[in-house]
Amino acid sequence: MDAQPLALVPKMVRFIDHLRDNDFSVDPAETEAALRLLADDHAPPLMRARQSLRILLACRKEEWERFDDLFEAYWFSRGRVRTRTSSTSSSATGQQHPDLWQDHLDGRDRRAQKPGVVQEAVDDDGDAAGEGEGRLIASRQTMIQRTDLRHLTDPAEIAEAERLAYRLASVLRYRLSRRYRQARRGPRLDLRRTLRANISSGGEPFDLVQKKRPDRPVRLVVLLDVSGSMQPYSRFFLQFVKGLVCRWLETEAFLFHTRLVRVTDAVRDRDSIRAMSKLALMAEGFGGGTRIGACLKLFNERYAKRTLNSRTVFLILSDGYDTGSCDDLVDQLERLKKRGRRLVWLNPLLGWRDYQPINQAMMSAMPLIDHFAAAHTLEALALIESDLARL
Amino acid sequence: MMDRVEELQKRLADVGYIADETLATALQLTLHLKRPLLLEGEAGVGKTEVAKALAALKKTRLIRLQCYEGLDASQAIYEWNYRRQLLAIKAHEQDGLAADQIETEIFSDRFLLRRPLLEAISADRPPVLLVDEIDRADEEFEAYLLEVLADFQITIPELGTIQAVSIPHVILTSNGTRELSDALRRRCLYTHIDFPSAEREIRIVETRLPGIETVLARRIVGFVQALRREDLEKTPGVAETLDWAAALIGLDIQRLDGDPETLRKTLLCLLKTEADLAAVTKEVVARLAGEAA
Repeated sequence: MDAQPLALVPKMVRFIDHLRDNDFSVDPAETEAALRLLADDHAPPLMRARQSLRILLACRKEEWERFDDLFEAYWFSRGRVRTRTSSTSSSATGQQHPDLWQDHLDGRDRRAQKPGVVQEAVDDDGDAAGEGEGRLIASRQTMIQRTDLRHLTDPAEIAEAERLAYRLASVLRYRLSRRYRQARRGPRLDLRRTLRANISSGGEPFDLVQKKRPDRPVRLVVLLDVSGSMQPYSRFFLQFVKGLVCRWLETEAFLFHTRLVRVTDAVRDRDSIRAMSKLALMAEGFGGGTRIGACLKLFNERYAKRTLNSRTVFLILSDGYDTGSCDDLVDQLERLKKRGRRLVWLNPLLGWRDYQPINQAMMSAMPLIDHFAAAHTLEALALIESDLARL
Repeated sequence: MMDRVEELQKRLADVGYIADETLATALQLTLHLKRPLLLEGEAGVGKTEVAKALAALKKTRLIRLQCYEGLDASQAIYEWNYRRQLLAIKAHEQDGLAADQIETEIFSDRFLLRRPLLEAISADRPPVLLVDEIDRADEEFEAYLLEVLADFQITIPELGTIQAVSIPHVILTSNGTRELSDALRRRCLYTHIDFPSAEREIRIVETRLPGIETVLARRIVGFVQALRREDLEKTPGVAETLDWAAALIGLDIQRLDGDPETLRKTLLCLLKTEADLAAVTKEVVARLAGEAA
């Protein structure tokens, strides 16, 4: 009985590591608790152990749902590194895609942070990446955009992107409510409440109750397309999204591709490079195409209730190349519109000389969009500031 | 432990709560590890009921703290009973007591209004503390709650630190209005409750409405389960199923495939938004009833 737990210890430690690689937040104390749990429970049957560990180690719905896969992947001898990609991917093409993320990361940083991960050749030029149906589009873009966003690597420009994001966020500034609410300190006296509160002192107003107009901050929800076709812009947009999330109190950020991932917490990391590596891990296993409709559906079902209200501006950064059905897209956008305040779609392709939003998805979505703008350079982004101010 | 989980499941059933194995395991772990349990899930899957059942099972008190925006320490932990204190001061005026004597007198246990958190840690027998809809409270409160849950002690400046007499069984529920902090999540055991399987829901209906015929219960649950698969804004929960079952019994409706129009009128027990009511037409009702039969 004693020998068994001892043999279990290193395995359990590696399992916890495996969970951490998959973005679980588990602290060392949990490892101990997990071991103790199994030791207490004189060799529990496997299913029971899995259930107990899931209750102990998962702490949010996403983790709860992924736990079984990860557990099986680890304990049923499929090996650790491989399972990571297969467990996160829902698509068959998952394996190649760290490539897609290579140019969001400095090569050296990646090597330093994740020694265990199989390295793929880092093409400094970044041209080799981008596959599937995004290929054609991506290569056309590089012709025109090569000089600007693709080479946004020096810190000054990244800082500029973040600064810009902050400025944009500020123009969607706090709005004051029309009505007053009770406040500890406020500009006006709440006469009715003051009288009521001082009945006990015979109407002599000792305690004054004040009121003020509450701040009603505009909320932002950002959905960033990271499909192959958006690749030249992803890095820049990630910085932009990071800028929004870090500077703006009420922001939620999501990445989508064929799957939707909430990245608010990962992006909030102050260390920019670490944030990017986290994102890369989370996005691993993304497929080639874009299914905006399906992703929006997931958003509507799972996140809309808690993230959207009548003061929310919903920002989509995407080129609108969708492999899903466009009826889906329209349905989901309609549902979104009901909950949110404004729908803004920033499309990098709009900055091209001859681009017309004539692909089907974009065409059908157009009537629902409150503001449709280009976003291919910093200047273009700066230009929308005045438009956003009016929303 | 296996037997303990099964035993717990059985005992929960005795007090009227049909738990699946995962939930029973989670409760067993909470009792065993003495850690709070965080329950998440759609509205109406029976998160709050878990705490009630646990209290009934342990034959102990259920102390409930309903969270809301702006919940503060005076509502959650303790407050001085100012009126009684004033009264006491007045009464002591004639006695000619010194100021510090009066002070010790009025800042004593007698003048303390115990709110749920303080109440929970000062009960002799470990009660069940239900912190309902923690996501509605502010983040500051969450931080404070964390502190209480970690140390099980509360400091009152005038009285000193109060140590827990017994460690309560803590259950937190969340509906996901706000993302909870990682610190709180890490401190808790976590379980996500889904809508029950058909089998379990039938048992729930039969337990809660003892008089119901098995055939009807089966049909009702079949219908609701089919309805949940429809694309609705607000999916009906278990509580809604029970309401609807009670309504059908009250109206003496035995068959769901009889008259879709009457049936549709009763659906207001299940569907709570206008869009949903409009979406479930007579034809849809007939189809669902057909599936359920």
